[in-house]
Amino acid sequence: MSEIRVLHTPIDHRGLASLKAGDTVYLTGTILTARDAAHRRICQMIQEGKPLPIDFKDQIIYYAGPCPAKPGHIIGSCGPTTSSRMDVYTPMLLERGLKVMIGKGPRSREVIDAIVKHGAVYLAAVGGAGALIAACIKNVEVIAFEDLGTEAIHRMQVENMPLMVAIDSKGNDLYQIGPDCFSQLER
Amino acid sequence: MREIHTDTIVETVARLCIEACCHIGDDIRALLENAREEEVSPHGRRILEQLLENIDIASSLELPICQDTGMAVVFLEIGQDLHIIGGDIYQAVNQGVRIGYREGYLRKSVLTPLERINTGDNTPAVIHTEIIPGNRLRIIVAPKGFGSENMSRLKMLKPSDGISGAKDFILETVINAGGNPCPPIVVGVGIGGTMEKAAYISKKALLRQAGTPNPDPCIAKLEREMLDTINKTGIGPMGLGGRITALAVHIDTYPTHIAGLPVAVNIQCHAARHKEAWL
Repeated sequence: MSEIRVLHTPIDHRGLASLKAGDTVYLTGTILTARDAAHRRICQMIQEGKPLPIDFKDQIIYYAGPCPAKPGHIIGSCGPTTSSRMDVYTPMLLERGLKVMIGKGPRSREVIDAIVKHGAVYLAAVGGAGALIAACIKNVEVIAFEDLGTEAIHRMQVENMPLMVAIDSKGNDLYQIGPDCFSQLER
Repeated sequence: MREIHTDTIVETVARLCIEACCHIGDDIRALLENAREEEVSPHGRRILEQLLENIDIASSLELPICQDTGMAVVFLEIGQDLHIIGGDIYQAVNQGVRIGYREGYLRKSVLTPLERINTGDNTPAVIHTEIIPGNRLRIIVAPKGFGSENMSRLKMLKPSDGISGAKDFILETVINAGGNPCPPIVVGVGIGGTMEKAAYISKKALLRQAGTPNPDPCIAKLEREMLDTINKTGIGPMGLGGRITALAVHIDTYPTHIAGLPVAVNIQCHAARHKEAWL
């Protein structure tokens, strides 16, 4: 049975391990954003043995590149981007202690295996709900790679960000389970 | 001869960029409301609920529906008896995009393809031009996000593949796309012509009022059949399982060569954005 769960940062490892694919999660706390360009740069730095601007241990990465803030707003629309483009970089970050990823869409076998190995979870945000999610963001600052603009690494405080557990720490994958459950096509 | 100044084109394109990104069409809203009623998956219903809530927040605060405010695809239908004055029409369109994306606080997502250097103002737009009878100018702005654009495909089928080959290719494209393009999707299909013609008409098919059938009854039947099949895949809202994978399938055709059967499938996310103006 899927449950409604509340997740806070700093991350509690036991709580994370108890999340199950299909659970609804409301997340409150500190998260980082990184998408294509930031991942590429970080992984290049790792490969070159350079010091990283951020310690990823027990962190949450949200795959997102926000719109600019309108006057009177702290951020523009900020929904998730397609996670699979980050798949090639993800195992490297999980090695360095990353515990939660937030994005949209399925992940590769290699990422799922790395999620299980490192006891991480992958949460899905609703793609295209950029204005709704922006309303959950209470504070934002750029902390690295400012030159990348929307693709810079932002630190955000979020409150009750609505998410769903897509891949849990056991490797159960809602992108597989969900469609299998509702498919009416003859095989 | 009737004249239109490029200043009017600049203003119109800027306004359409903002409107398209912040205010979803009534066609999509109605289809999403209907989907919410029909979806049997509880997750799916919750997702559709959030999408409808998001549309309301975006519209009331004039915020973009989605942070991916796309690459601006602009269709110009220029009356053959119209004279454009004041400068280069393409520069005017790009200036409109520049102003719209700046003043609308829309995301600038356009960069050089290999060096990956952002142009900073979301230009250049992709501009398609057609000449039409009369003395008016129709401008359609369709910002295209790349979550869905990346899942689009084109294949040069063989004549022997026939209709069933085309159906298989459309279905295969949707299944491969899975949860990546933010379903429920709108599927634009171009069948026939040459390679680039098939791709072009697949994109133009997305400009139709969502859910409006092709006027040709045979193609309309194929659209219904494909929508029904796609909604049996189980992909569902956001690919997390459910019955509503697509809101609409729009197919357009064009005569092709005796040796070929090009099929292009342009996938569009639920934020099927396009606004138009007649000048």
